[in-house]
Amino acid sequence: MPLPADAPVVLRIAGVSKRFGALLANDRVSLELRRGEIVALLGENGAGKTTLMNVLFGHYVADEGVVEAFGRPLPPGQPRAALTAGVAMVHQHFTLADDLTVLENIVLGAAPLWRAGYGRTTARARIVALGERFGLEVAPDARAGDLGLGERQRAEILKALYRDARVLILDEPTAVLTPAEAEALFRSLRLAVAEGLSIVFISHKLGEVMAVADRVVVLRQGRVAGSMVTTATDRQALARMMVGAEIAPTVASETPAGPVLIELEAAHAEDRGRTPGLRGVDLVMHGGRITGLAGVSGNGQAALAAIVAGLATPCAGRLLIDGTPVGAGWSPHAAMAAGIARIPEDRQRTGSIADMNVAENAVLEAYGGRRFSRAGWMNRRAAEAFAAELIAAYDVRGGEPRTRAGQLSGGNLQKLILGRALAPAPRVILALQPTRGLDVGAVAYVHARLLEARARGAAVLLISEDLDEIQALADVIHVISAGRLSPALPRGTAVAALGGWMAGHGFGADADAA
Amino acid sequence: MRLEPIADPSALRLIGLPLAALALTALVGMALAALAGGAPLTVLGLIVSGAAGSRFALLETLNRATPLIFTGLAVAVAFRARLWNIGAEAQLYAGALAAVALGTGALAWPAPVLLTAMAGAAALAGALVLLGPVVLKVRFGVDEVVTTLLLNFIMLLVVSMLLEGPLRDPMALGWPQSRPLPPEARLPRILPGLRLHWGFALALIAAVATWAVTSRSTLGFEMRAVGLNREAAAYAGVPVNRVLLKTALISGGLAALAGFSEVAGAKGSLTLDLSPGFGYTGIIVAMLALLNPLGVVVAAVFVAGVFVGADSMSRAAGVPSYIADILLATALLSMVAAVMLTRNRIRRG
Repeated sequence: MPLPADAPVVLRIAGVSKRFGALLANDRVSLELRRGEIVALLGENGAGKTTLMNVLFGHYVADEGVVEAFGRPLPPGQPRAALTAGVAMVHQHFTLADDLTVLENIVLGAAPLWRAGYGRTTARARIVALGERFGLEVAPDARAGDLGLGERQRAEILKALYRDARVLILDEPTAVLTPAEAEALFRSLRLAVAEGLSIVFISHKLGEVMAVADRVVVLRQGRVAGSMVTTATDRQALARMMVGAEIAPTVASETPAGPVLIELEAAHAEDRGRTPGLRGVDLVMHGGRITGLAGVSGNGQAALAAIVAGLATPCAGRLLIDGTPVGAGWSPHAAMAAGIARIPEDRQRTGSIADMNVAENAVLEAYGGRRFSRAGWMNRRAAEAFAAELIAAYDVRGGEPRTRAGQLSGGNLQKLILGRALAPAPRVILALQPTRGLDVGAVAYVHARLLEARARGAAVLLISEDLDEIQALADVIHVISAGRLSPALPRGTAVAALGGWMAGHGFGADADAA
Repeated sequence: MRLEPIADPSALRLIGLPLAALALTALVGMALAALAGGAPLTVLGLIVSGAAGSRFALLETLNRATPLIFTGLAVAVAFRARLWNIGAEAQLYAGALAAVALGTGALAWPAPVLLTAMAGAAALAGALVLLGPVVLKVRFGVDEVVTTLLLNFIMLLVVSMLLEGPLRDPMALGWPQSRPLPPEARLPRILPGLRLHWGFALALIAAVATWAVTSRSTLGFEMRAVGLNREAAAYAGVPVNRVLLKTALISGGLAALAGFSEVAGAKGSLTLDLSPGFGYTGIIVAMLALLNPLGVVVAAVFVAGVFVGADSMSRAAGVPSYIADILLATALLSMVAAVMLTRNRIRRG
């Protein structure tokens, strides 16, 4: 939709700089948002998107620069000022109170606290009307805790609209959505801008930026690397601008499948609170194959990964390795002894110990072996030599063997964990969201290493929310939804078909009853 | 306001801030002394000279430091693995009970054998006392802070019961006191004429051994991993529960050696006032030492010095010796703050 050139500027960020110690998180960033447009703020993790938004909302005080909403400067350091001026943010992690209804959540803070009867009827009518107008239907009396992720997000946006927000900031809004839900969100956003709202859409996914934004502002290393109208650019150009270098797309070559290395047979796992376990999962993994497990996070991936990683056993059904079912002694140790390498989902919390040094983290899985200890005493020199090998072989930057692991960036920490997992030449690799939050260069590196392992005959289980990643790497794709697994889908299955499975279509009624 | 980590703290920070903490402690002490009607500098001087001003004072301080080294080590070992052992007091009394029961048992063993057996029995008893709460923790998730803390009172009542009953010394004219340990069950002095018993040497050996285990052994590595990030340790295959149980055995055993050293070295018999809270003070010692086993020795001597010095000052200047408690509290808080500030700086905005 062409935008009138004279549309008034509703939000102006001019020359904002913010420094944290040696790190210049924002370097003279400027951005203008006009009435009725969607501007995408595109950048890798660590490019400075979040810092900029925190400055806008007064959580940080900028070292220099100004922020203006509707022509008037926002006082720095006052979180309420932006809200009062009509600027609202929908966070990546939702902020609804689980035990309140949608209605209560929306009026919470907007209505006076100490007045009996805050006009429930009026409020409900307004919420329903807003919902219909923008295609954001949510049952006002549903408990927020019972809502799905898509509904929660709609409730969050309604909450902003209910307060007469004129500028919406959405932080990575599609991270938790299925492709169909994301499409619906985009439709709602277009309706909103048609009514004169303005939207800043923060993302690192090129496809959706091209699909939804009028203009794109690219941040790289804290600076504006470019700003252009979406119709005048393409994905390659944006990727180049985001990374500052040409990135070759990952291509997996055809190789023959090896023998079956690991299998799940009718595996069940119990639910954990709102997170479903597994309901009769059958999975066969061959050597020399990357098995992609697609699905929206929180649909049983954690339960499945815990079983393969040695942290849990199926409560019904079996896990077989080389055709032999594992028994009661199944543990992380047993898993590693069976040749399974594990790359956990949360590299900071599960994959590493921030307050130990790089060498100690490097031997965390193998300290008991003969190489790193004798008769109960650690061999620190061997550990440090091993860490130095990993640092060299896996291109870990910014750290030496004695550096605190917590000082490594996410990408370098992931390379260290990858090196630790791949060093013993494993036959099976369990990779959970191995590239989440990494910059494009690190992503390409991790992909290349996984493909290398596949070429060597390893079976790789790649669990990812990123459909692009699954489609680029996986030889066989399964979709996981509410603890159930789709049949094996071939490489090249259309996104729409995967999206259907992700939304829970096609599983048959009997699975629910089971 | 927020904290910003410092990658390489300067030498000025590393040395200056702890010294500033000590200076603050001294200032608080002088202010309190003035409030109590004493001359601030004199009172401070009396505390220092009472703790280390003479051979007698110094030996007294080292004697008082001995049980604190053991309990400090016990707490440091446990806290490193994030096992919150608040029950060193109970483990100390369990150790004392075991040592006295064995030592007064009229066993015709030569002294070295008897003393070794007493120490072993004491350590075992203390280890078992801590094992209970930790089994409850790993099996059922029972909070060990509560169980170990409450066991202190239970153990004191058990000791009281035994001292009124089977362990009571018939010669003690009705005092709840055990029979005295025979000479072959007493820890001798390190040097003749020096009022310092072998318990102190044992404490130093224990500190070095504990340091070696925590910083050089696989068990120490496991304890640190479990303490710093239990989830990551479990994921990497560290047997978390087994590590916690081993930690409990070591920690309980160390605390119990304080009881052994007190009855066999200092007191010669078991009474209900054997420990004026050595178990609790061990927590202060361990925190001051930043959970470093060798630092525990230094911290224990410092804490003992404050107590001994304040006692001696109180006799000379008439200022209450309770000032020692406030000094230790100030030292602990300012030292914790100083350590935090050596690694972080405060920034606005």
